[in-house]
Amino acid sequence: MIESTMHHWVSLAYLVAGVLFILGIKGLGKPKTAVRGNLLSALGMLLAVAVTLLDVVDFKLIAAGVAAGTVIGAVMALRIQMTSIPQMVALLNGFGGAASLTIAAAEYYGKVEGAVGHLDSAVGAVALPAGLFGAGFEGSVALVSIGLTVLIGAVTLTGSLVAFAKLQELLKGSFGLPGGPIGNGLLLLIGLGAVVVLVVAPGNLTAMLVIIGAALILGLFLVGPIGGADMPVVIALLNSYSGIAAALAGFILGNTVLIVAGSLVGTSGLILTQIMCVAMNRSLANVLFGKMAEGGETIDADEVYAGKVKSAQPEEIAMMLEMAKRVVIVPGYGMAMAQAQHAVRELMDSMEKRGIEVEFGIHPVAGRMPGHMNVLLAEAEVPYDKLVEMERINPTFEETDVVIVIGANDVTNPMARDAEGSPIYGMPILNVDKAKNVVVVKRSLSPGFAGLPNPLFAMDHTYMVYGDGKKAIIEMTSALNEA
Amino acid sequence: METLILLLALFVLALFLGVELITKVPPTLHTPLMSGTNAISGITLVGALLAAGAEGSSLLVGGLGFAAVTLATINVVGGYLVTNRMLAMFKRK
Repeated sequence: MIESTMHHWVSLAYLVAGVLFILGIKGLGKPKTAVRGNLLSALGMLLAVAVTLLDVVDFKLIAAGVAAGTVIGAVMALRIQMTSIPQMVALLNGFGGAASLTIAAAEYYGKVEGAVGHLDSAVGAVALPAGLFGAGFEGSVALVSIGLTVLIGAVTLTGSLVAFAKLQELLKGSFGLPGGPIGNGLLLLIGLGAVVVLVVAPGNLTAMLVIIGAALILGLFLVGPIGGADMPVVIALLNSYSGIAAALAGFILGNTVLIVAGSLVGTSGLILTQIMCVAMNRSLANVLFGKMAEGGETIDADEVYAGKVKSAQPEEIAMMLEMAKRVVIVPGYGMAMAQAQHAVRELMDSMEKRGIEVEFGIHPVAGRMPGHMNVLLAEAEVPYDKLVEMERINPTFEETDVVIVIGANDVTNPMARDAEGSPIYGMPILNVDKAKNVVVVKRSLSPGFAGLPNPLFAMDHTYMVYGDGKKAIIEMTSALNEA
Repeated sequence: METLILLLALFVLALFLGVELITKVPPTLHTPLMSGTNAISGITLVGALLAAGAEGSSLLVGGLGFAAVTLATINVVGGYLVTNRMLAMFKRK
């Protein structure tokens, strides 16, 4: 009786924790309420963890694990630079997947060892009493949940590690299995086949190892072929996987709060994945398995640029800005690379002092993860109401005197709008070419991720400022201040 | 069996609720949303505590439990802290 009353209290506490997570995400609906939302969510976590500890018998391992995790997590969170947030989120996705993987494995091996005693070997098969994982159908569901949690958790782990290595530029090239999606499909089939074996013969230890092995390798080759500019999709998708793995782990343990929290994270990742795909006008399958530049004839860059590209010095741009009434700044990943966000803020301040209206036009896939540019500019103390999304900024370009594009390329390429048959045709872009003058700050005329020349650079009203983005912007600012 | 159905119902309803909630998050907060949900997915810590806190577990199970606790704690602590750090930077004029 005491046991069961206690159990009810724990369940009720989980319900409250779930509600706090929901209120937390709701708080993220507005920047003003977002900090409080995050705190509510953290409070929910604290509550869920605290009541769970009531059921714990042995605290040694927990104390060690919590201490290690707290130090690692806190150091990461407090020292990470805002330009590197995508790497950190990729790592956290991976750790989330790995946590679900290890929980499911611990549940499996714990039950097996409870039945047959110490395991001398991790391969082969052991005889288990019937119904060890639950009677009849429930036992099968438990085993399916264990198998799928292990599978998804392992894919998330290695997939995220590859994503991290690519974002951190530890890994520069791409790699994949021969046959691409077919090779990956085979690995997935092997993993799922092993799940079936596990359900039929729960004592088959080899099957468990096969699931783990196949899924770990699958994760590597799933993300291996995907290039840098597609990372927003990949990170969002892995985010979703880590949530799904958590929800599945909830089914293994019959734990409600894991299911609620895991589903919320899973849908969040899926919706962001969807938004990113729409913003690139590509299907998820195309991002994961396709090659971007396939189809469409190759366009000769020289033909587009020859004799038509004008370059300008930062001082000349400053003179142009002096005359302007409205300026829109369009940042891309290049701004992050050049760490130019603070310089850009100073240029904004200097323009605003002269009464020039300044706004930022943010493409959904600018940067390496959803919302990456917004965080960088917020760090540089650009007020968030100046960060305008694509649909709202596009109609304003015609009344804009100068657009400054810094470190963005494909998301401004008019071919996406005008050149039917071009590989990027149909992708929504920022219509910066509609502005009266366009300034592009860029190192060279090298193509963006899509490998295409950008006719914007050759337009009559476009001025290229070559060089390091940060230096160029600082020079513009000082020239403007002196004028 | 009944428990299973209840859990499944909870799962499906939570998915729909998730869609309603997430579609209301503005693009400007998508990065904190991702790190914040990273932290929430650290709820696996609850499962990890149960795995690591069982009495008299073997080296294998204890090791897995310890790894699970460490990994999930990194997600919880790292996720909430970095999200808080980011959100504190979003200011109106």
